[in-house]
Amino acid sequence: MSRPGNRPGRDDAPDRLYTLTQGRTRTGPDNPFDLVTLVVAESEPVTGMQSEHVAILKLTRSPTSVVEIAAELRLPVGITKVLLADLLAAGRVSARHPHRPAITDPDILEQVLVGLRNL
Amino acid sequence: MDSATSEARTPLGASADQGFKIVVVGGFGVGKTTLVRSVSEIRPLNTEETMTQAGATVDDIRQVRGKSATTVAFDFGRISLDARKVLYLFGAPGQERFWFLWDRLFSGTLGAVVLVDTRRIDDSWYAIDRLEHHGTPFVVACNDFGGPVRAGAEVREALDLDPQVPLIDCDARSRESGKQVLITLVQHVKNRYADPSARAGLPRQEFV
Repeated sequence: MSRPGNRPGRDDAPDRLYTLTQGRTRTGPDNPFDLVTLVVAESEPVTGMQSEHVAILKLTRSPTSVVEIAAELRLPVGITKVLLADLLAAGRVSARHPHRPAITDPDILEQVLVGLRNL
Repeated sequence: MDSATSEARTPLGASADQGFKIVVVGGFGVGKTTLVRSVSEIRPLNTEETMTQAGATVDDIRQVRGKSATTVAFDFGRISLDARKVLYLFGAPGQERFWFLWDRLFSGTLGAVVLVDTRRIDDSWYAIDRLEHHGTPFVVACNDFGGPVRAGAEVREALDLDPQVPLIDCDARSRESGKQVLITLVQHVKNRYADPSARAGLPRQEFV
C-alpha cells in the first residue's frame, strides 16, 4: 500500500535528486533498462562509493527488477535508471533484459499459463 | 528508513532472468491495488515516475518545480511463475491525463486487465479506446462490489466491446478470482498470437 506523504522522491527537494545523478535525468535511448529488467550485482560495495550505489549493490545480490530497486530506494524510476547505467558501465552489475518477442511466443505464453495455474 | 522495507523483502531465486509485465488499468477506487495485492507474492510496492505531458522523461529535474513535468505514482506486485520467469503486475491510473504513462513505462506489456466498476462504467471507455488503439491485448473484468449484477451482454454493449474480448466477473479481494482473471488474459493473448490469420488482421503493437 502507498505510504501517504512518504512516496519515493516526493518529499525530496528536486535539488537532492539532481545532485544524485549530477543533473542527469534523461536516460536516453541507449539506456537499456526496462521496468522489469532484472539486475544482478557483480561486485560488493567498496569504501567511498556513493550511498545509492552501495544500496543497489546490496539489493541486487539476488536478481532484482528495476522497479523494485526504485521502490526500495524510494527514488523515481528515471533517477534509478541513471544510477543503474553508471553501475552497468562500470561492470558492477549485470542486466537480464526482458525478451520482447517472448510476449507473442505461444510456447512462452503456455509456460506463463502453467505458472499461473500452479499458483 | 530503508531498513524497514528491506527487512520484508522476498528476494527472487538466482536463476530468475525473464521479466514480464501485465498492467491493471481502471478508474479511481475500482480495486486495482486490491487485485494486485490478492495475487502478489510480495506486499505491493509503490513507486513513481516523473514525466512530461509530451511523454518524454524530463531533461532537467529542476523543471519539476514548473508545470512541465508530472509525477505519476503506481503500485506493483510480483508473481514468480517458475525458476526463470517473473511476472510483475502494475496498477495504473486509467484517467486520460495519466495515459502518457502507458506509452513509455508500460511498453512491451504482455497484456492488460481493464478493471470495471459496473456502477461507473463510463470510467473505462478511455482506457479501452487507448488499448484498442495500441493493439494491446486485454480482458475486461467487472469487480464485484456487492451491488446488483449487470448482465454480461449489457456491460459488453455499454462498453462497445469487440466480441472477441473476454468479459468476466471477479472479486478483486480473492486470490483465486484474481488468478482466474490473469489466466483468462494470458489464454486470450496466447489464442490471439497462436492464430496466424488473426495475427495478420490485428494492428501491430506499436511499442513492441
